[in-house]
Amino acid sequence: MTSHRTTRAALIDLGKPLRFTFDGTAYQGFEGDTLASALLANGVRVMGRSFKYHRPRGPLGAWVDDPNAIMGVTLNGRSLPNCPATTTPLEDGMQARAVNAWPSARFDIKGGLDLFHRWLGAGFYYKTFMWPDWHLFEPMIRKMAGLGDISRNVLEDYCADQVHDHCETLVIGGGAAGLAAARAAAEGGQNVVLVDDKPVLGGGVHQLAGVEDFAPRDWVASEAHAIEAAGGRILTATTAFGIFDHRMVGLVQNGPFGTAPRLHRMRAARIILATGALDRPVTFASNDLPGVMTIDAACEYLARYAVLVGKRIGVLSNNSLADDKLAMLAEAGAEVVRLNPADGAICALGRKQVRCVAQGRNSHKVDTLLVSGGMTPLVHLWRHAGGKLDWCTERQAFLPGAAPEGMVAIGAAGGTFDLDAALAEARAAGSGVPADAIPSRYKLTPLWPEPGSKGRQWIDFQHDVTLKDVELAARENYVSVEHLKRYTTLGMASDQGKTSNMAGLAAMAAVQGRPLPEVGTTTFRPPFVPVPIELYHGHHEKQLWHPLKRLALEQEHREIGAALGEYGGWLRPGWYGTGDAKAHIRQEILTARNAAGLFDASPLGKIEVIGPDAEAFVDFIYYNTISTLKPGHIRYGFMLTEGGIVMDDGVIARLDRNRFVISCSSSHVGSVRTHLEAWRQDGNDPDRIFVHDLTDHWATLTVAGPKAREVLTDLALDMDLSPTAFPHMTMRETRFAHSPLRVARVSFTGDLSYEMSIRRSKAAELWQALVAAGERIGAAPIGVEALSILRAEKGYIMIGKDTDGETMPHDLGFGVPRQKKKVAFIGDRSLHSVKANGARRKMLVGLTVSVGDKALPTGAHLVEGTPLQSVGYVTSSYDSPTLGHPIALALVENGTERLGESISVWHMGETRMATISAPCAFDPEGARLNA
Amino acid sequence: MQIFPCPFCGPRNETEFHFAGELGKERPDTTQEVAAPDWATYLYAQRNEKGPVREVWMHLTCSELFVMERDSVSMEVVGSGSLREGAE
Repeated sequence: MTSHRTTRAALIDLGKPLRFTFDGTAYQGFEGDTLASALLANGVRVMGRSFKYHRPRGPLGAWVDDPNAIMGVTLNGRSLPNCPATTTPLEDGMQARAVNAWPSARFDIKGGLDLFHRWLGAGFYYKTFMWPDWHLFEPMIRKMAGLGDISRNVLEDYCADQVHDHCETLVIGGGAAGLAAARAAAEGGQNVVLVDDKPVLGGGVHQLAGVEDFAPRDWVASEAHAIEAAGGRILTATTAFGIFDHRMVGLVQNGPFGTAPRLHRMRAARIILATGALDRPVTFASNDLPGVMTIDAACEYLARYAVLVGKRIGVLSNNSLADDKLAMLAEAGAEVVRLNPADGAICALGRKQVRCVAQGRNSHKVDTLLVSGGMTPLVHLWRHAGGKLDWCTERQAFLPGAAPEGMVAIGAAGGTFDLDAALAEARAAGSGVPADAIPSRYKLTPLWPEPGSKGRQWIDFQHDVTLKDVELAARENYVSVEHLKRYTTLGMASDQGKTSNMAGLAAMAAVQGRPLPEVGTTTFRPPFVPVPIELYHGHHEKQLWHPLKRLALEQEHREIGAALGEYGGWLRPGWYGTGDAKAHIRQEILTARNAAGLFDASPLGKIEVIGPDAEAFVDFIYYNTISTLKPGHIRYGFMLTEGGIVMDDGVIARLDRNRFVISCSSSHVGSVRTHLEAWRQDGNDPDRIFVHDLTDHWATLTVAGPKAREVLTDLALDMDLSPTAFPHMTMRETRFAHSPLRVARVSFTGDLSYEMSIRRSKAAELWQALVAAGERIGAAPIGVEALSILRAEKGYIMIGKDTDGETMPHDLGFGVPRQKKKVAFIGDRSLHSVKANGARRKMLVGLTVSVGDKALPTGAHLVEGTPLQSVGYVTSSYDSPTLGHPIALALVENGTERLGESISVWHMGETRMATISAPCAFDPEGARLNA
Repeated sequence: MQIFPCPFCGPRNETEFHFAGELGKERPDTTQEVAAPDWATYLYAQRNEKGPVREVWMHLTCSELFVMERDSVSMEVVGSGSLREGAE
């Protein structure tokens, strides 16, 4: 094995050798290497297999532009798929494997697929696997498709930090132009951030003999020092992967292998784009052979990693930038053979690497073929931000045109390829002091794919799209570049066409006989480089995503063994006690039915509507008429959307003429409050109505059960608790422990029930008094689970569980306001639509099962007809401890007209029978409720 | 991510805001007969203009509705003002 490492001073640390393996073979590299540079130094050429034909491939580029060398990498038990070898910094102990190849990239068992290339052109799958059914072939094709394998091990601590940041000037790219611009801006007093995607700053500077009388490394160091001395910040190994609305730039900062990258959401007042340009590959026969590489890549390998890619190098270039670069390679000891593109078609020869290059009758033995088809400015971010592109004929490239607000492109990204001109331009952009433009010395002769020419000529290397595929697409009338892209998958690989898009467009233009700019480009979309989905996820989960709301009495509940769980965003007791949850819930239900249950209902909405227009406002907000409600009284009602759909239910109490309390569902408080605010401010006089949400400020404790009055009597409140003085659906205000206490006689269980609201700080005192009083008569705390069953026994609904997005109030048995209410209210007109009056509305019913049958599954379909059709479904279903048999609520078409009918219940292939009944299964006369 | 100017709280991230509707949408007087097409237009039809638009937004953290003028193509925000002034 030949070493390709030279003695040239580079950016690697020869004092720190690193061991690693590739496809099972051990190699050595150095600190500062990438996987690709270390392999090239060891003479490895084949680093991957192509996606479709399994062709052997080696690196074409030296950084993000490389489409070929893709590896699965394992280090310390952490495996990541599809790591580009050219951008993965080498670490000691890495085990790399080429993706899409077995047993190795060099001897890939599927390499034989290439023999069938004649039949595997663009659209092959679409055309071949049509008959009899694509689905027959799909599993096999899916298995063949794709690149790396995802490890099944979950990386527990793989969690991306997310940083929100801002600056006055963000400079993207730490090459010559970026460094000079950042320095000028920072020294001008601006808050500057410079980002560069490589671990070491300098971009292509390291390829140069010198910059402004400095050695390249010294120049880079002095610029970086000056930037930081002026207060600027520098982020290396950080890629700007996208520019989003209002100049928010997504930055991905990479750390050691296997750790999650960090996301910076950088808001920049001004963006200076100094992203440089890519060296374009050239399209000729067998241009994908390992050993064919761009000139710029070869120079990067030499300048940064001291790797001379070949000893005898053929060079094919159409532009003036090649001369200096070739001098550098020659100086390092390479023998250079220049080929002139004008002398005829080029063909590379060799099997697993280039051995010879032929042009006409001449052929040259080479071990490497370097190409340059001209520079392509990296304008991806420019386009993300909405900047326009202009075609430049002299440079044969799309250059930044009309600028997006607050953005400027400099240096090679702007088409300025000469160092002196780029530095002048950069300093002008950074400081804001204009400078005269220096004329460009860059010269090139157009060199684009030639349709009809011989051989297999690769355009998209990773996705195996050839010139013939583009010609085929054109023949099949894919005229638009966007169609061309999707039909051939050109530019759709993980490199997103960084090297292939221009060749593809040029080929399409040539086939169609149109000028290249007329064909246009495909859309540039973020991310510029692949980023893990984890980047967007970060710590946004569980409590950090959706913080739980906590009860004032959480400590008290914990002390008596509450099983706390999340219910509608609140951490609430599901039941009390450890062990068999079902037994606890059953006991709590029996306690509530036989004595009384003590329930922490604090999340229940308590939104006050106050003011001279409050009465008219709640009349408009509610489906039911509220204006007729007397002070001290309570009414049950619905809020609807303008579409007439039930949005929330609950009670509303009138405290006095101009003051109401809306008690909305626990999990709907936020949406109801917003709904009220929206209508208050838009369509009403906001100075005459005030909406005040007290939900979090008042705790609500409920005593529900036949002995509830005894518990309250024990509190010795200053109020008459007799049924005549304090009947069902009324509210009284009194005091407890010197604090105002609101007591509402409302019930969600069907039994005598008192809902007591008190300021949060007094909740514990009231709770302890209730528990003490309750103990004497056998009352005990109950959790949310018991309440869910208690309310279902009574046929009380939960909006969103027992209703859906089509349920209107008349489907729930509340049809009167729809017919009688005179004033306008939200959703009124929708209740008289064709749909609202339709014949097959799903209505709320109960379901009963035969004696001894199990409870119906929630969600089971109610079916009838031939063929069987769903006419409804089970919304709530429980074993009722009170009644000793299962109960269920359901929505079913025309349900209220079908009471007593039996209906089939279908679930997971099984059919059972049930009888449609009224929703209320417990105390239908209401004797216990009104007790 | 866009930045919207709440007239009461200043510039804030768009995640704090909720779109409430296009400015100038009148609720039909439902105490009178409203033809089905008119009601459907009120419920569902949006002008959905390309270019400069005037919309009502709610800043969720302060619950205030306000009028915002912005460009639906360039995403540029022209300005914002309270709903009372905007509606005049």
